[in-house]
Amino acid sequence: MVRTLLVRGLLAGLLAGLVAGGFAFVLGEPHVDAAIALEEQAAAAHADSTEHAEAPAHDHGDEAAVSRPVQKAGLFLATGLYGVAVGGVFALVFAGLRGRVGPRSDVGLALAAAGTAFGAVILVPFVKYPASPPAVGDPATINQRTLLYVVMVLVGLAATAAAVATARRVTTGPWARWSWAAGVFLVPVAAAWLLLPAVDEVPQGFPATLLWEFRVTSLGTQLVFWAAFGVLFAQLCERAARRPAAVPG
Amino acid sequence: MSDLTTPSTIPFPRLRPWLAVVPLLLIVGYLVLMDNGALSQTGTFLHELMHDGRHLLGVPCH
Repeated sequence: MVRTLLVRGLLAGLLAGLVAGGFAFVLGEPHVDAAIALEEQAAAAHADSTEHAEAPAHDHGDEAAVSRPVQKAGLFLATGLYGVAVGGVFALVFAGLRGRVGPRSDVGLALAAAGTAFGAVILVPFVKYPASPPAVGDPATINQRTLLYVVMVLVGLAATAAAVATARRVTTGPWARWSWAAGVFLVPVAAAWLLLPAVDEVPQGFPATLLWEFRVTSLGTQLVFWAAFGVLFAQLCERAARRPAAVPG
Repeated sequence: MSDLTTPSTIPFPRLRPWLAVVPLLLIVGYLVLMDNGALSQTGTFLHELMHDGRHLLGVPCH
């Protein structure tokens, strides 16, 4: 049974990743292109104004290691593999929760868990460290920013686990249960939002509309991924349940 | 019908061996989202190949 669930997760993850890649390709790539154009403009202006122009941290132009068309194909590779990795982990967590926590039907649990995962690992870090287009972000601080991002993801996961564990112990009705869950989730998350260092590396003069539109599209890409993943995983579970000869094992 | 849609609980001892794939999945995730050559030993190639995906999936890229 665990093997079946794992295969479902990997498959649903791959498909959802490709769907999210299609969304990002159509709606996100124009913003990435616009940001790269600004980045190269700024780099050219910088090279003109200084005697010894330093090499940029990385290059999107003709001399780049990977050309723009290949990077756009790489988008689908990235979202597809991301889906496989996320889908596999999701399936194993699902296998552990099944029959113990949350909705009693596979379909209900798949949708509830996918929605919860989107909140915990996407929304929680996004509010503190939103996605940034090329040209935004100092390459010198990438390790520190990545670490902070991972910490925020872990805070989201830990807060969710604590909220679910608490809700299960509250037996005085749904209102009390949901209130406790919301409180136990929000206190550590809000504390992390307030206490972790802020990151503001938007260069002077970077268009606010482009930054906003890029961020909305990036969040949209993740929303499409998790919605597609939840529906596909639920669909695979439902098909398996409908099959009369389904042998448990 | 209803007994088919009601999921059975999977005992933890049967789940445990499968946890061995979690590190593999995390390595794939790390290579796609974060590696800049330290693990893949390809310099910035992987970074550049996954570049647009990293930006649009929302992880810090550069």
